Amino acid sequence: MSRILSVSGHGIPLRGNDIDTDRIMPARYLKVVSFEGLEKHVFEDDRKTNRGPHPFGDMRYQDASVLVVNSNFGCGSSREHAPQGLARFGIKAMIGESFSEIFLGNCSVLGLPCFTADHDTIEKLQSLIEHSPETAVTCDVASGVITAGALTFTASMPAPVRDAFVQGKWDPTMMLLDKFDEVRSIGQRLPYVSGF
Amino acid sequence: MADTLFHKVWNAHRVRVLPSGQTQLFIGLHLIHEVTSPQAFDMIRQHGWKVAFPERTVATIDHIVPTSSQRRPFLDVMAEEMTVSLERNCREFGIKLYLPDSMEQGIVHVIGPQLGLTQPGMTIACGDSHTSTHGAFGAIAMGIGTSQVRDVLASQCLAVEPLKVRRIDVNGRLSAGVYAKDVILTIIRRLGVQGGVGFAYEYGGTTLDAMSMDERMTICNMSIEGGARAGYVNPDETTFAYLKGRKFAPAGAAWDKAVAWWRSMASDTNATYDDRVTLDAPSIEPTVTWGINPGQSVGVSERIPANADPEALAYMGFEAKAPIRGTKIDVAFIGSCTNGRISDIEEAAKIVKGHKVARHVKALMVPGSRVVAQEAEKRGLHQIFIDAGFEWRGAGCSMCLAMNPDKLEGRQVCASSSNRNFKGRQGSPTGRTLLMSPAMVAAAAIAGEVADVREMLEAVPA
Repeated sequence: MSRILSVSGHGIPLRGNDIDTDRIMPARYLKVVSFEGLEKHVFEDDRKTNRGPHPFGDMRYQDASVLVVNSNFGCGSSREHAPQGLARFGIKAMIGESFSEIFLGNCSVLGLPCFTADHDTIEKLQSLIEHSPETAVTCDVASGVITAGALTFTASMPAPVRDAFVQGKWDPTMMLLDKFDEVRSIGQRLPYVSGF
Repeated sequence: MADTLFHKVWNAHRVRVLPSGQTQLFIGLHLIHEVTSPQAFDMIRQHGWKVAFPERTVATIDHIVPTSSQRRPFLDVMAEEMTVSLERNCREFGIKLYLPDSMEQGIVHVIGPQLGLTQPGMTIACGDSHTSTHGAFGAIAMGIGTSQVRDVLASQCLAVEPLKVRRIDVNGRLSAGVYAKDVILTIIRRLGVQGGVGFAYEYGGTTLDAMSMDERMTICNMSIEGGARAGYVNPDETTFAYLKGRKFAPAGAAWDKAVAWWRSMASDTNATYDDRVTLDAPSIEPTVTWGINPGQSVGVSERIPANADPEALAYMGFEAKAPIRGTKIDVAFIGSCTNGRISDIEEAAKIVKGHKVARHVKALMVPGSRVVAQEAEKRGLHQIFIDAGFEWRGAGCSMCLAMNPDKLEGRQVCASSSNRNFKGRQGSPTGRTLLMSPAMVAAAAIAGEVADVREMLEAVPA
């Protein structure tokens, strides 16, 4: 599995707190048996109902790979279709004030680093990208250093998740299967597994 | 050492610390449904993996199932394809599946407890954020995504990080017309939709002690709406009484051993918590959301806050400082994993009995499972709803997330006993949802507008 050491590319700013996964990927697009093509439906309803242009429909951000959001991004439903759609749109990393727990777990397993920083820093980065969409945003996973034009700051990420990216161990299935005898023995020790 | 249930369960299921520093956690019960599992099975097949413990996974269909006619093949081609896919996957990997042709079918978070699969001291995972429901039994139950469903299928484990624990005490008696739904909406209003991020919520206090399992499930169900991935109540006599005799509950000599182990897993009285919050039950009134997240709510006698979020007001078409009571509704929906259980139907029936649904309102009553529907029909409750003008439907998730034909149209306003009032949640990109208790939905259906159920209860003989 590949190590994820750094992500760089154009940014896409998406303002607003508590943006839920129903908005990222409306439920009608969950009626599928594969994740292919979901990028077409990312924020589909928001894009239609927004009073102004939505960043995901804005030509200036169409090749963006770093999504910059505010707080509690990805709350609500556990649907992996949301981060799958974002990843297929081209998003390779996210920087935000905070992320919902389940969304963060889904992103980690997909190899999408999510960094957090304080409100003022995020606002600065969003404004910078809105003003100069051509700015390259670079995220160094190990150090958390984010660079965008003249703006440089250190963002954070839970250490185990960061280490998993840096060591190329973010897709956990092989690790979980690695010491399967230990899994069996835990199973045997649990009274409800052995029938009390 | 004094400890919380969360830590006891976590420690009992911790396989090891992974090289990354995450915990490898054994999952005791894995529940799957048609929406979040097909891609997981594909990944298992692509890698040539097996399902490690097929007997520890149980499947049903709930999200896409139609509630008008459940005869196969379903009219919706994609719904049929997803069902066929789940049937094929379960057959290939030896997993028990409950379809609508089985009496056991229903919303995954309703049937797990109903079958006695959900038990204290377990770790439970499901590709669905409302998995927190099962915490009502003193289990650590978490929603996961599809790649993690793959991980649990392949290894019966998850790579996760521990949560902090916040104890939430609710004390005192709830007033008539105030229900578990109002308690959890009040908790989320007070702590915020982000307040629980990084936490498991442990609910307790005299109000929770006095609650039935159905009520505790309503509370735990919406933990995720407060940002908490898991929520739980310590197991007690109410828990054990509920479980006794259920299909998959321990029986005979194993029952006593099970109860002893379950008791031992409860939080110790002198356990320490990362945070504590206390609420006063008598001060809670019937609660209604006015906005686009479940934290944006007011008591039915209150007005929408003066500083209400402008984005939410614009979407809802509401004004700051306007009363919520009297808001006209178009649709009334009773059901979902939050409030689709027999006691929810009973409470709503008390309000509905002898009344008619307002002429402009479409009203749906969707039982959470076939067993719930059967029980209601046995007691004649279904007739109360039908006589009043409700549509009595088959079991499923229905209009909670509108993945089946039950959807709002245009800007309709729905009084809903479900869990999310997100933009577009109920199937129309401009549809509007007001979350409330099933009894409050019943009251709104009759009045044709948001009403105070307490006034209607006064007319009901005790």
